[in-house]
Amino acid sequence: MVEAISVIIIIFALFAWSRALLRFKDKKIKGSEFSFWTLIWLSVLVLSLNPELAGLISFKLGIERPVDLVVYSSVLLLFYLNFRIYVKQEKTEQEITELVRELALRKK
Amino acid sequence: MNISVLIPAFNEEKKIGEVVRKLKAQGYGDVVVIDDGSEDKTGIVAEKEGAKALYHVINRGQGAALKTGIKYCLRNGADIIVTFDADDQHSPEEISKLVEPIINGETEICIGSRFLKNTTNAPFVRRLFLRGGALLLSRMYKLNLTDSHNGLRAISKSAAEKINLTADRMEHASEILEQISKKNISYKEIPVTIRYTEYSLNHGQKSWDAFRILYRMLFRRLIR
Ligand SMILES: Nc1nc2c(ncn2[C@@H]2O[C@H](COP(=O)(O)OP(=O)(O)OP(=O)(O)O)[C@@H](O)[C@H]2O)c(=O)[nH]1
Ligand SMILES: [Mg+2]
Repeated sequence: MVEAISVIIIIFALFAWSRALLRFKDKKIKGSEFSFWTLIWLSVLVLSLNPELAGLISFKLGIERPVDLVVYSSVLLLFYLNFRIYVKQEKTEQEITELVRELALRKK
Repeated sequence: MNISVLIPAFNEEKKIGEVVRKLKAQGYGDVVVIDDGSEDKTGIVAEKEGAKALYHVINRGQGAALKTGIKYCLRNGADIIVTFDADDQHSPEEISKLVEPIINGETEICIGSRFLKNTTNAPFVRRLFLRGGALLLSRMYKLNLTDSHNGLRAISKSAAEKINLTADRMEHASEILEQISKKNISYKEIPVTIRYTEYSLNHGQKSWDAFRILYRMLFRRLIR
């Protein structure tokens, strides 16, 4: 018996994965990034189809409620993604500076 | 020896003219002002007094401006680059003290210090922060410094070529020290006067900015 919430999650995961696939095809993201997202959404898919699997994993990890496992891993993932955005932002900033510097030196 | 005086400036139209004039009066012909996306007429005022002005179209910070200026000065044959503040806190007469040890081949970089001979009227809190910063950075980079965030320095061509600044904002001060330490650049501290006026205190950074600078310094280390 598949519950409504599972259906919603599955549809969302498929949608999100298709976005990643499209961006990969457009060469907007690298192969490694695409594999990363495939792994993430695939595990979401597997877990929502087999909720008892979440129970098993959380039990093995010593987390009492399976829901907590989902919350913990989501928080970790968000932290990681946020960090990556910071790193990217820092790189963009440096590129802007380099551009501004070139302009300053070029104007005579 | 070609000496260039390099001034990073952001919204300093009220003071920059006077600063450039005083430098010229002291015989420093090459004054380079980096107008870092100022909203006022900083660059124009500097040019009027005979300085060379380079313009950042948007504000990128003191570190970024210094790097632009160093690149420019090196390209134009500078042997020594003196960094100088635009807010009239430094004394042009004291530049010679910083330049001399470099000309004599004694050292590659001279760093001004307001605490070596206590030549400043900095308010108490500012003093505390600056002293704390110097202590921390001296420990971190195994240097012997009493003042780590002084805008008045003389940098020889050889040192300028070795130092590669990547920090755009105020963290560059610690980055310079890091590179002095890692690249074994010889340095010497020279006592200099730093005048705190109502203008400089209202206009410049606040002491609390120290926390942001420290945070950004540590963050940059994390992602490198
Ligand atoms: N290029 C550039 N220069 C800046 C910027 N902010 C400040 N400056 C310049 O850097 C110099 C020193 O800045 P202040 O904000 O007074 O900092 P400080 O002198 O280190 O701090 P105190 O003297 O202790 O108040 C001045 O010449 C400023 O015009 C900036 O964003 N870009
Ligand atoms: Mg100041």
